[in-house]
Amino acid sequence: MRNPFRHLPQGRPFGNEEYELTCPSCRTVHRRSELLTSGFFCPSCGAMLRIPARDRIRLLADEGSFAELNAGISSLDFLGFPGYREKIDKARAATGERSAVVTGVMRVEGQPCAVYAMDARFIMASMGAAVGEKITRLFEYATKMRLPVLGVTCSGGARMQEGIVSLMQMAKCSGAVRRHGDNGLLYMVLLTDPTTGGVTASIAMQGDIILAEPGALVGFAGRRVIEQTTGATLPPDFQTSEFLQNHGFVDMLLPRAEQKKTIGLLLRQHGKEAAV
Amino acid sequence: MTAYEKLKAARASDRPKGSDFVRGLFRDRVELCGDRRYGEDPSIVAGIGYLGDRAVTYIAIDKGADMADRMKKHFGCPMPEGYRKALRLMKQAEKFHRPVICLIDTLGAYCGAEGEERGQGLAIAENLTEMMGLRTPILSVVIGEGGSGGALALGVADRVYMLENAVYSVITPDGCASIIWKDAGRVQDAAECLHITAEDMVSFGVAEGIIREDFGAFDRMCGQMRTLLSRDLGVLCARPVKRLLAERYRRFRRIGIYEESEAIEH
Repeated sequence: MRNPFRHLPQGRPFGNEEYELTCPSCRTVHRRSELLTSGFFCPSCGAMLRIPARDRIRLLADEGSFAELNAGISSLDFLGFPGYREKIDKARAATGERSAVVTGVMRVEGQPCAVYAMDARFIMASMGAAVGEKITRLFEYATKMRLPVLGVTCSGGARMQEGIVSLMQMAKCSGAVRRHGDNGLLYMVLLTDPTTGGVTASIAMQGDIILAEPGALVGFAGRRVIEQTTGATLPPDFQTSEFLQNHGFVDMLLPRAEQKKTIGLLLRQHGKEAAV
Repeated sequence: MTAYEKLKAARASDRPKGSDFVRGLFRDRVELCGDRRYGEDPSIVAGIGYLGDRAVTYIAIDKGADMADRMKKHFGCPMPEGYRKALRLMKQAEKFHRPVICLIDTLGAYCGAEGEERGQGLAIAENLTEMMGLRTPILSVVIGEGGSGGALALGVADRVYMLENAVYSVITPDGCASIIWKDAGRVQDAAECLHITAEDMVSFGVAEGIIREDFGAFDRMCGQMRTLLSRDLGVLCARPVKRLLAERYRRFRRIGIYEESEAIEH
């Protein structure tokens, strides 16, 4: 197999800078080092916390195997949308990221793949032109290098501050996903909390295999919006991973502790040696 | 007109609906129903008809004529089965080398528990990938409201046209105002900020052209639309499929405004 990692610029491999996350359940503030040990479950109350993109990749990738692609792409406030410039600056300062998605190549259990992971701390990982461009380029790169793609989704949907251009990213990414698939290549999705709106209505549901973290919120329309418009009382498990699996939309619920092993196995089953 | 005035015009109850355009544009029609999976969604009116001398598959979102009709069509917000019906008929068109014409007029995809249970997100997502690879020409016209993913699910086309006062938006200006200002009343401001007009669509490369409205002379207007769409199909149908798909890909590939720098020091 061709080495997919040759000629790659060595980007910032993992965020080594310290950050803190507040548990949404018990409001305790935890440092990154504690969370890496606990697997991003709250050390105080056990609640499942959202994993920042770079650490998500760190937990899945074989040590030292990740190389970042297109790290220099960042969002622009091209509509002059009220408050957007400040939102971008704040997100960049808080996360050290330039956009809401980290893309690159890595190995999982020795199996090479392209990967994108979305970061909920960056304007709810909404998909604007920067995210759309990075994901499209990743699929184009993976098609050229004949690599499978693993997508770790979480998103509030399309980024409304970029207007119609953000909606069009759904179509743009879908085109790249389609071309990748037409070349006989595997696209796997891991749905994580929360995956909603335009991302659910595009890249999150286009995988050959769709995995989901237990307890994640995954849906198209927001729960509150549905309750307000239809007056319906919704069950507590509405739009959870479990709900989606029961309705036939998810292949497998995959707890964090099993992700690396199962994703590695699935990649191996679709690798070159699988055909021998 | 301001963006908000156009939004109001696009939503006006006396504006011609999807079914009116279907009647005005296509002759010798046969309407086809059902997604062959779950059910029939009357908010999408579709079938086979003639555009001039050419047989085409038409797919139109219809908001409904009177209150009873609107309720039945959930005000033009398609269910997953509506999008699946549209996809079934697009695949059928592909099999028989018929071009597809989509007419878009929706606030957005149906927003409710049944939609979620039946995979609204998946239904739209599948249309996006399938339309990207559909081996026959696709034209889309936004005839009223182009509401978010629910509109895009019929909008992955080789050419897209906007009616003069039609709007196309990533989120309803009402929804946007609620989120940004916690005040749905600021819909006028949101409509301006979102850039939703036909002129905006042309400037972003989202639409190829604008169709002048003349609802007072609706038949004549439909005749002009027929001429425009027929001319496009003449060009697109003559194209090798490989080139057609490559250009469809590029049409969406180039949309995006972002900053790119090489330095990644933090």
